[in-house]
Amino acid sequence: MLLSLCALLAVGAAAAQEAPPQSTLPDMGKLPAVPPATRAQVQPQYVVVLDAAHGGGDVGARFTDKLLEKDLTLGFSVRLRQALASHGIQVITTRDTDTAVSMVARGEAANHAMAAACITLHATATGSGVHLFTSSLAPTPYTKFLPWQTGQSAYATQSLRLSSEISTALGHTAVPVTLGRTSLQPMDSFACPAVAVEIAPLAGGNTTSATPLTDVGYQNRILDALTAALTQWKNDWRQQP
Amino acid sequence: MITRFQRFLFGAMLLAAVVMAVVLIRMRERAHDRLIMAADSQPMNTLSTALSTAQVETITLLVANDMDGSLISVERKFPMPKDPNARARVLMQKLLEEYAAPKSTHPIANASGVDEVFLMPVPQQKGGQGEMAVVNLNAVFVQAQPSGIEPETLTLLSMIATLHANLPQITEVRFLVDGQQKDTLAGHADLTRVYLASDTQTAVRQ
Ligand SMILES: [Zn+2]
Repeated sequence: MLLSLCALLAVGAAAAQEAPPQSTLPDMGKLPAVPPATRAQVQPQYVVVLDAAHGGGDVGARFTDKLLEKDLTLGFSVRLRQALASHGIQVITTRDTDTAVSMVARGEAANHAMAAACITLHATATGSGVHLFTSSLAPTPYTKFLPWQTGQSAYATQSLRLSSEISTALGHTAVPVTLGRTSLQPMDSFACPAVAVEIAPLAGGNTTSATPLTDVGYQNRILDALTAALTQWKNDWRQQP
Repeated sequence: MITRFQRFLFGAMLLAAVVMAVVLIRMRERAHDRLIMAADSQPMNTLSTALSTAQVETITLLVANDMDGSLISVERKFPMPKDPNARARVLMQKLLEEYAAPKSTHPIANASGVDEVFLMPVPQQKGGQGEMAVVNLNAVFVQAQPSGIEPETLTLLSMIATLHANLPQITEVRFLVDGQQKDTLAGHADLTRVYLASDTQTAVRQ
């Protein structure tokens, strides 16, 4: 009886190890474990992951018949990548074309990169300025293997610091910032300091009209601020525990 | 050769089996009756009758503001039913009326988005009296919900905070759409998880 139980457990463990990485929707039982951040042994590389949200059939928010969130986030991701690359920052993107990328595939891309910062890009017609969201998962200490869907919980403190640096940089370019916590995939599974950057139109005063999302000057201010913040983060992130 | 003892044992076991069958059938009938009674007392069916006998009370709504991502506490007076399930539904109704009103700080053009709210004891809670509210949204409301991390998160947080402010025993909230679990509200905010009343603390403006 005891023997057969042991045999069953061994088979179960072997099956769990052999489970291939999933590329479909998250399945708690079969997901690969997130590798621990063993930065101490290897020379740390400064890698930034840019995750242009939505894509393919997932259009995100519909601003007009022709203007979709998925296109806006992709365009922004491409431009931010160029800006960061020109500052010598290595960038990994989760998508470079208008394709549907699963949440698990995005998580895998981010977690294999062992990135110093993971930025998920969104856009919305609601509110004003830039909304910076960090995960609402309760902070947990590092463990050797983090559960896939809540891997972000071990990076809660670092994510808040990264969010704070982006907020400061946006403040310098006079873009209003709203800070919040949310439960968002794939961000909750990112095993890296992660912030969701959601771009909203810039609300005008009583006499001026709102600056639309598509305004190039407005977009450039946000791009400059993000580039400045991520350049600054390069000096700060290594001091993290 | 069957001994007298074996015959007695067989008879006793047969009797025990019959008694157990009768008890099980009775229990099943009672459980069925309880289920029917519970369904009858759901807010959908009793809301109008409950409201006709309700007393006017002051309720607190935590209203979302898209411009700064905060929840603002506002007080309203409204006849409130006694039954907690019905109270929870009226609270959601009143909150969505704020959002559907002109010049709303968090516009959603659908005031009747919550079909039911069910309260149930929080499973496996140690020594606590906490309840979980299951908020059943309808698909028409979800269609009207603006897409985005901020607008979706604020809708959920304001619902959770409003429920907890008026019914403090509600410590956890789950959201369904037309009775089914959905991945996100409108492409962003996660609807697969259980939300805690404490999740709303960072958003409430003091
Ligand atoms: Zn989005």
